Amino acid sequence: MNILVVGLNHKTAGIEIREKLAFDGPKLGRAVDILKASPDIKENLILSTCNRVEVYVIVREPDAGTEHIRKFLSDFHEIPRDHLDKALYVHTGRKALAHIFRVASSLDSMIVGEPQILGQMKEAFDFALNKKSTSVYLNKLMKKTISVAKRIRTETKISESAVSISFAAVELAKKIFEDLSTKTFMLIGAGEMAELAARHLINNGVKDVFITNRTYERAEELASEFSGTVVEFDRLLDELVRTDIVICSTGAPDYVIFKDAMHDVMKKRKNRPVFMIDISVPRNIDPEINDIDNVYLYDIDSLQGVININIQGRQKEAEKAGKIVGQEVEAFLQWQASLSAVPTIIALREKAEAIRKSELEKTLGKLGGIGQKEMQSIEALTRSIVNKLIHLPTAALKSDTEDKDAMIDIVKRLFDLNKNPENETNSERKNEQEK
Amino acid sequence: MDINVLFFELALSFYFVSTVSSIIWLFKGRKATSKLIIAATAIGFLLHTSSIAARYIKGGHFPVTNMHEAASFFAWCLVLLFLYHEVRFKLGLLSSFIMPIVFSLILVSSFFPRELQELRPVLRSNWFGIHVILAFMAYSAFAMACGIGFMYLIQEKYLKSRRLGGLFQRLPSLQVLDEINYHLITLGFSLLTLAIVTGAVWAHSAWGSFWRWDPKEIWSLISWLVYILILHLRLRVGWRGKKTAMLSVTGFATVIFTFFGVNLLLKGIHTFV
Repeated sequence: MNILVVGLNHKTAGIEIREKLAFDGPKLGRAVDILKASPDIKENLILSTCNRVEVYVIVREPDAGTEHIRKFLSDFHEIPRDHLDKALYVHTGRKALAHIFRVASSLDSMIVGEPQILGQMKEAFDFALNKKSTSVYLNKLMKKTISVAKRIRTETKISESAVSISFAAVELAKKIFEDLSTKTFMLIGAGEMAELAARHLINNGVKDVFITNRTYERAEELASEFSGTVVEFDRLLDELVRTDIVICSTGAPDYVIFKDAMHDVMKKRKNRPVFMIDISVPRNIDPEINDIDNVYLYDIDSLQGVININIQGRQKEAEKAGKIVGQEVEAFLQWQASLSAVPTIIALREKAEAIRKSELEKTLGKLGGIGQKEMQSIEALTRSIVNKLIHLPTAALKSDTEDKDAMIDIVKRLFDLNKNPENETNSERKNEQEK
Repeated sequence: MDINVLFFELALSFYFVSTVSSIIWLFKGRKATSKLIIAATAIGFLLHTSSIAARYIKGGHFPVTNMHEAASFFAWCLVLLFLYHEVRFKLGLLSSFIMPIVFSLILVSSFFPRELQELRPVLRSNWFGIHVILAFMAYSAFAMACGIGFMYLIQEKYLKSRRLGGLFQRLPSLQVLDEINYHLITLGFSLLTLAIVTGAVWAHSAWGSFWRWDPKEIWSLISWLVYILILHLRLRVGWRGKKTAMLSVTGFATVIFTFFGVNLLLKGIHTFV
C-alpha cells in the first residue's frame, strides 16, 4: 500500500513534450481504464493540464509501480522511453503527499498562487470517481488535498495578487495598446483559463468582444456571458482583421491560424498591432506568426517570463504555505498509519468496552440492593455479549484480504472510530462543523 | 566673463547633471532621481533662455548666426519640446533618451567660437530669422522622434523576444510611443516644409533666386524627402511600429548631417563663420 506520483511539468519538460503527453479528450478515459484494469495498481487518478501531467497511483511495490507507469506513459503516447524518462519525476510516501498538496495549492505552478489548478485537480478527482478508479486511500487523499489547498488560500496571501494568465494577458496588452477600451477582443474556443483571461480583459476596459467556437451553441453561451457577439468559426480570419487582442484556446490538435493567413490579415489591417495569446496545448497558432511585424504572440511557456516579475513577492507567502503543507502531510501520515488493522481493532474494543461499562453502571444503579453474586453474573453476561458481537468484525479485520483497507475504513465509519482528535487537523474539523 | 557666457556655462552644467542622472535612472529607478532630472533640466532651460536673451540684447539680432549659436538654439528647442512632452504625457524614461542628445548638442556648441560677430548684411532679414527658427523647431521634433523611436525599438524587442526584464515595466506602451512618434514627424515635416519655403523667399530677396542647389539645400531636400517617404509609407502603405521607428532614427541621421556635416565638410552659402 504505497502512494506513488509519476509525472512531468513545465519545469521538467518543454511544451513540445507536454503537448504529446497530454491526456486530452477521450484519451483520459482510456488511460484511466487501462490503469484500472492492471492488477498491480489498486487505485489511480490522472491529472492532465497544460502545464503538467501527473499520475497518482496506489501500488504494493513502489519500484515496480514506477516502472509500470513509465512504461505505460511511453506506450500510451508512443514516446521513446529515454526521451520521456528524462522529463519524469517520481515521488513516493511523504514526498508524494507533499507534492500533491503543493500542486493543488498552486505552490508548484508556473505562476505560484494561480487558482485554476485546484479546479483542475477537482475535475480530475471527479473524473476518477465517475470511473471508480479511486478508492479509500486516494479518495481520502484527494479530499484532504482540496481542504489543504483551501486552507493555504485563506491563511496565506499567495493568491491575493493578480491571477496567472489573466494577469499576464492584461499586463502585456497594456504595454502594447495602453488604452484597452478602444480595442476589440476575440475569444477563440473556450476553457476555464481562457474565460478567466477574457473576463479580466473586459474588467480592464475591453468593450468589443467577439466569441467564436466550433460549436455554435457554446459560442452563444459564452457570448451571452460576456455580452459579446458570436462569430462563425469559418469567418475567423475575416474577423481577425478587426481584432486587436486574441485569446485562443481550442481543443484542436493542430494550428487554427497559420502564418500565411496571418500575413494577409496584417496587410488588411494596415499593420495595426495584434496581441495573440495561445493557451492551447497543443498550440493552435503557428508559433512563427510571432516573426510577422506588429504581431505579438505569446504561448503558455512564453507567459512565464511575464510572471517572473511578480514571483518574488509571492516567495514569502510560499514559504508560509510550505509550512502548512508540512503539517498536513504529518496529519495525513497519521491517518495512513491508523489504516493498519491493529489500531482499529484496539479502538473498536475500547469503544465497545466503554459502552458496556457505562450501560452496566446505569443498570446496576437502578437495580439497587442486589447481591455480590448477581452483580458478577450480570457483569459476565455483558462481557460475553460484547465479546461475541465484536469477535466477527475483529476476525475479519485480522484476515488478509484484498479489500482490507476498505474494510478498515468501513469499520471505522460504522463504529464512529474517527473521533480521535489527535488524528484530525483543524481545517478538517472545521469542515465537519460546516457540514 | 560676459553674462551670456556665464548663463551658458551654468546651463551646460545643469544639463550635465540632468543627463548623468537620466542615465543613472535607467539602472536605478528611484523617484528622487526622476525629480532631480526634471528640476535640473528646468533650471538649465531657464539659464539657457537667459543666455540666448542676453546674447540677443547684446548683439541686436536673433543669435543663430554661427555654429555655437545654432547648436545652442537647436538644443534649446529640443529641451522645450522635451519639457512639454514630459509634462503632457509623462512618458517613462523619456529623459534618458532625450537628455543625452541635448547634452551632445550643447557640448558641441561649447566647442565653437563664441564671439559675437558683426552681422553680414545678407542675414539682416526677418525672413532669415523665421527660416532658422522653423528649421530648428523641425530638427528638434525629428530629434524627439528619434529618441522615441529608440524607446519603441527597445520596448518592441522586449515584447517580441518575450523577455520582459530590465526596462520593460518602465517604458511606455508601444501604441503611445508610435503615436507620439507619428505626431512628431508630422510636426517636424510641416515645420521643415515651412522652413524650406521661407528659406527660399529669403534666398530670393538676398540673392535673387529661390533655389541654388547649394549643398545645404540639397541635404535639406534629402531630409525632407526621407520624412515625406516615412509619412507616405505610414499613411499609404501602412508601415508602422518598428519600421517607422527605424526610419525616424535614419531620418534624424540625415538631419544631423544636414546640420553639422554640410557646415563642416561641404562649403556653401549656408556655411557660418
